[in-house]
Amino acid sequence: MTAGADVILSLRGVTKAFAGLKVVTDVGFEVPRGQRMALIGPNGAGKTTIFNLISGVFRLDEGAILLQGADIARRPAGERAAMGLARSFQNIRLMPHLSVVENVMVGQHVRTRGLVDLLTPLWLPRNRIWAEEAEARLRAFGLDTYPNVVTANLPYGIRKKIEVVRALMSRPKVLLLDEPAAGLNPAETSSLRDFLMEVAAEGVTLLVVEHDMAFVRSLCERTVVLNFGRKIYDGPTAGVQDDPGVLEAYLGRRSAKGKDAAAAALAEGSIHAS
Amino acid sequence: MSGYLGGVLVILCINVVLAYAVFLPVAAGQLNLGGAAFQAVGAYATGYLATNYDLPVPLVFVASGIASGLIAFVFALSILRTRSVYLVLATFAFSEFVSGVIVNVPALGGSMGLPVPPHLGSTVVVAVTAATTVVVLLLMQTRFGMAMRAIHDDDTVADLMGIGVRRTRVAAFTVGGVLAGIAGALYAFYFNFVDISNFGADSSIYLLLFVLLGGTQTIWGPLIGAAFFTVVPELFRNAVAELPAVTHLFGFSGQLDTSWRFVFLGVATVVMMVVRPEGVVTRIGLGRLLHRTPASVSERSQPA
Repeated sequence: MTAGADVILSLRGVTKAFAGLKVVTDVGFEVPRGQRMALIGPNGAGKTTIFNLISGVFRLDEGAILLQGADIARRPAGERAAMGLARSFQNIRLMPHLSVVENVMVGQHVRTRGLVDLLTPLWLPRNRIWAEEAEARLRAFGLDTYPNVVTANLPYGIRKKIEVVRALMSRPKVLLLDEPAAGLNPAETSSLRDFLMEVAAEGVTLLVVEHDMAFVRSLCERTVVLNFGRKIYDGPTAGVQDDPGVLEAYLGRRSAKGKDAAAAALAEGSIHAS
Repeated sequence: MSGYLGGVLVILCINVVLAYAVFLPVAAGQLNLGGAAFQAVGAYATGYLATNYDLPVPLVFVASGIASGLIAFVFALSILRTRSVYLVLATFAFSEFVSGVIVNVPALGGSMGLPVPPHLGSTVVVAVTAATTVVVLLLMQTRFGMAMRAIHDDDTVADLMGIGVRRTRVAAFTVGGVLAGIAGALYAFYFNFVDISNFGADSSIYLLLFVLLGGTQTIWGPLIGAAFFTVVPELFRNAVAELPAVTHLFGFSGQLDTSWRFVFLGVATVVMMVVRPEGVVTRIGLGRLLHRTPASVSERSQPA
C-alpha cells in the first residue's frame, strides 16, 4: 500500500492520558480505503480508547486524526458521524426501548436535513422512505423477523448484528467495530464474519478491535498490535504470530520452547488475550 | 355536566396537559420537579394580562404559553450540564424561586392572589386538552420524538449518531414549558383566581409521579398516570366514607376522616412502584400486547 493517495483514515502521534497516566502514547497508522484492518492487543493496551478518540467520545491530548485528509480530532462527535464515521460498541448499546426498526432509523439521523425532516410524522408518505430503507436493510441481512419488537427482548447475537446495521445506516466510509465477535458462539461468529465481508464488499473500510484471533485472521488483511498504549506491530495479519515483539507482549519473555507453544497457540486462535 | 363530575373532569384535563408538560423533558431523559412553577408562570401571565389588558382569550393563551416557554428555554440552557438528582434539585430550586418572586411582586397580587375575570367552561378545557394530546402524539411520531427517546436510552450513543443532544433536550424542555403555561391559562380561566399556594412543591411532585408511574416510554403513560392520581383519590373519598361500617366489624369504632384517602393513595402508589417500576405502560408491554412477540423471543432476552 502506498501512503497518501487513498488513505481514508490516518492517526498521527495520537496521545491520551487519564489523570496523568498515559493510556495511548504516540500511536500512528494509516488505513487505506476499503481495507479490513484489525487492532489487537492485551487488555488495557488502549484499543477501545483509540476507538473513543477516533469517534469523539474522548478528546485526544496530542496528535491528529485525519478522515479523508481533514483533521477531525477536535470536532464534535456528531460532525464526525456526518463526515462518514460510524462505530459499534464493546457492550451492545442499542436503545433498549426502541424497536429494531427505530434503532436502525436512529442511524439515519445524520442524513436528515432541516426542520421538515425533523418535525413531520414518520408515517407521512414523504417520510416513509426512511422506514422502508431500514426494513430493506434488515431484510437484506436476514434480520427482519421482528422489526417492531423492542431490542431489549432479542437474543444477544441478533442485537449484535442490528448494532452493525444501525452503524451502516449513516452510510459510513469507515466503520469501527469494537469486539464484534465477543460473546458469540462459533456459528454466530462465522455468520457475523460473512456479514462483515458483505459490508466490506460494499466499499466500507473496516477497523476491528477483536480478541478472537481466528476471527481476525479470517476477516482482516492487516493488523496493528498495541501494548501498553504503544504500537508494537503493523503489518499483514499472517505475520502477527511470528513477531517476537508481539509474542513477548502477550506471554512475557519465555524460553524457545515456550515461544513455540505461544506461536502455536496464536496460530490456532486459542489465545484470547484476556 | 353535573358540578362535581364536571369539576373532576376539568382537574383531570388540566392534569393531563401538565403531565405532558413534564413528560416531554422526561422522555428526553430530564426529570423535571418544577412542573407546577411553569404552570404558575402561565397562570399568572393569564391573570396579569386579563386584568390589565383587554385581549382576546386565544391571544392570552398563546402569550401565557410563550411566557412559560421562554422561561423554560432559558432555564433549560442553564441546566444542560446538570444530571440525575442534581437536575431534579435544580428544577425544584427553580420552582421555589418562582414562588418567591410571585409572592413578592405586588402587580401579581403577592400572597393575596390574583382574580382572573373571564370564565371559560369545561368545554374549552376539554377541547384544549384534546388538542394538546394530539399535538404530543404527533410530535412523538416524528424524528424529533425518536431522537428524544434515543437520548433517554443512551445520550452518548445518540451524540455519536449525530443527534444534537443539547438542542433536542432544550427543545423538549421548552415545549414542555409551553404546555405547562397553557395548563396554567386553563387553570386561571376556569377557576378565575390564581394563588401561588396552588402551584407548590407538592403539585410538582404529583406531576412527576403522573409521568413516572404512568410510564415514560409512550404518550399513554402520562394519560394513565394523570387519570389514576385524579380519579382514585375521588373514589377513595367515597370508599373512606363507607369504611366505618367495615372497621366496626373488627371492633374499631373510631370515625375515619376523608383525608385518610391520601394514606390509601400513598399505599397504592408504593404498590404500583414495586409492581411496575418502569411505569404502568411500557413499550415492552405494549409490544407483547400488539405485536404478539412469541414467548420464545422474550425468554431468550439475556445473553447466554
